[in-house]
Amino acid sequence: MAEPFLSIQHVRKSFGATTVVEDFNLDVEPGEFVSFLGPSGCGKTTVLRMVAGFEEPSAGKIVVGGKDITRLKPNQRNVGMVFQAYALFPNLTVAQNIAFGLKVAGMPKADADRRVAEMLDIIKLPQMGDRYPYQLSGGQQQRIALARAIAPKPKLLLLDEPLSALDAKVRISLREEIRSIQKKLGITTIFVTHDQEEALSISDRIAVMYGGKAEQVGTPFEIYNRPATKFVANFVGTLNVLEGKVTDAASGKVQVNTQEVSLKGRLNGSRSGDTLSLALRPEAISLGRQPGHDTSLSGEIAEVHFLGSVIRVRVGIGGNTVSLDTFNNSATPPPVVGQKADISFSSGDMLVLH
Amino acid sequence: MKTGRFWAWVVFVLGAAYFFIPLIATVEFSMRMRRGAYSFDAYQIVLGDARFQATFMYSVFAAIFTIILGILIVVPAAYWIRLRLPQLRPIVEFITLLPLVIPAIVIVFGYIRMYGSNSPLPFLANDTATNALLVIGYATLSLPYMYRAVDTGLRTIDVRTLTEAAQILGAGWGTIISRVILPNVLIAVLSGAFLTFAIVIGEFTMASLLNRPAFGPYLQNIGANRAYEPAALAIIAFAITWGCMSLIQILSRFAPKSANRPN
Repeated sequence: MAEPFLSIQHVRKSFGATTVVEDFNLDVEPGEFVSFLGPSGCGKTTVLRMVAGFEEPSAGKIVVGGKDITRLKPNQRNVGMVFQAYALFPNLTVAQNIAFGLKVAGMPKADADRRVAEMLDIIKLPQMGDRYPYQLSGGQQQRIALARAIAPKPKLLLLDEPLSALDAKVRISLREEIRSIQKKLGITTIFVTHDQEEALSISDRIAVMYGGKAEQVGTPFEIYNRPATKFVANFVGTLNVLEGKVTDAASGKVQVNTQEVSLKGRLNGSRSGDTLSLALRPEAISLGRQPGHDTSLSGEIAEVHFLGSVIRVRVGIGGNTVSLDTFNNSATPPPVVGQKADISFSSGDMLVLH
Repeated sequence: MKTGRFWAWVVFVLGAAYFFIPLIATVEFSMRMRRGAYSFDAYQIVLGDARFQATFMYSVFAAIFTIILGILIVVPAAYWIRLRLPQLRPIVEFITLLPLVIPAIVIVFGYIRMYGSNSPLPFLANDTATNALLVIGYATLSLPYMYRAVDTGLRTIDVRTLTEAAQILGAGWGTIISRVILPNVLIAVLSGAFLTFAIVIGEFTMASLLNRPAFGPYLQNIGANRAYEPAALAIIAFAITWGCMSLIQILSRFAPKSANRPN
């Protein structure tokens, strides 16, 4: 692993008696795109604001490029930031907004003009230099805000829920654009969001946060498929949680309803008689017994939701209800509520939650 | 519906009559100096009077210095309260309202006691220092209007996010106030400035008791000794005040349209 470019070490932040960030640690490699994902109040924005310098950590250290920036003022950090509310200066034109940081840094006008034109090309708004922010759409304003943030060539780019104020279509196109610009410039980026789809689609790594702590840091694939905690499993994607009882810890046997499932090597020290929470993604479950699936459970169709390309079926199994997705096939009628049904899955897809 | 509109017009006409009839009567009286014909003789006499020009220019300069002092005090204070000390807002609002409750004469007597020629700080023995005291007193009198105008202007922009956006781009406090905050509240500041101008031009108590050659005492002096000229002066003073108000309206059309809305 390369030397971390950004290192957040044992950072804590308290406001009076309330601690909002607790022993937060994260190393970010140069050029990496890391998302902070979590519900409102989990501390993700506070960590970002501490990296920006708007909040001072109560304890811990923030290091960028080998330099301790913990006590530096925001204007001494050479960090770019895009805000949720755009924060373009209403009295300045688009070009003047982009040139603001360059002018503050004392860049000669000719060079600044060249850089502004370059930025406008990068965000694909080359004709908009003379417009004022109020003459632009939300998506355009946020692209200008991005151009303004990266124009002074910051060491680090911070994105504070930059897409939340935009409509769904613009949000998707802009997030792809942000990712492509970030890759092109190779700029180390921290992206704060509460939208799991956003985080999963554009990040190299995700830090899932809850209660002021990083619950899990990993690639989108790891976060989705191997959630480390019950919170991560519940927060990221849809999940079926089943209660199971360890019947034979040595051989990894767990009883779910009346049937036994083998989870050999994944019980992490659980003893016979312990109760476990087991989780399954809807896409890992099939309706009926499928070849390759080593476990099956019997139940009754409780609900059927037609979602277009996919049909989401909820099957009642004992006291639990399990959701599963099947592809819509025009030749096959959808299941009927009340009908007896078997579901099957591979025990390898079953997650043991801690 | 039609009845409602009729009564609305009745109220409007009555209000307009209450406002315009005394004004028209004053204009008419001010033009009757020449026997048997309307003329602008009273205006010519007033405008040609060297004391009018001297006192008017004195008050204009006093107003300009008051506006500068007011901006220097109020803009950073109102900005800082919005940004970092919102809990102090009710206290500051109360303090800025005090000049409306405490008569100007109280401030002047305070000045005379504190800075009179027999006091340890005899500012009133010196013309320049007395002028400075008058400007400080005027800045106090205009505080309720200046503070409210600036605070209203600051309410229309997202002060915190704009400040942070400028900070992260490398700007210091001077740049943030001069290039980001002030331009976005300029129209509000100008509104406060014109209100200050209107107050200072007509102010009598402070200027008179500090014995300054200002326009207010001149107005009073003419009013006590002449017949037609005071009416002409009243109309001129009225025109100046209305000119200031119209300028506020015109300038407000050029206000930067805010793209930022606090969440």
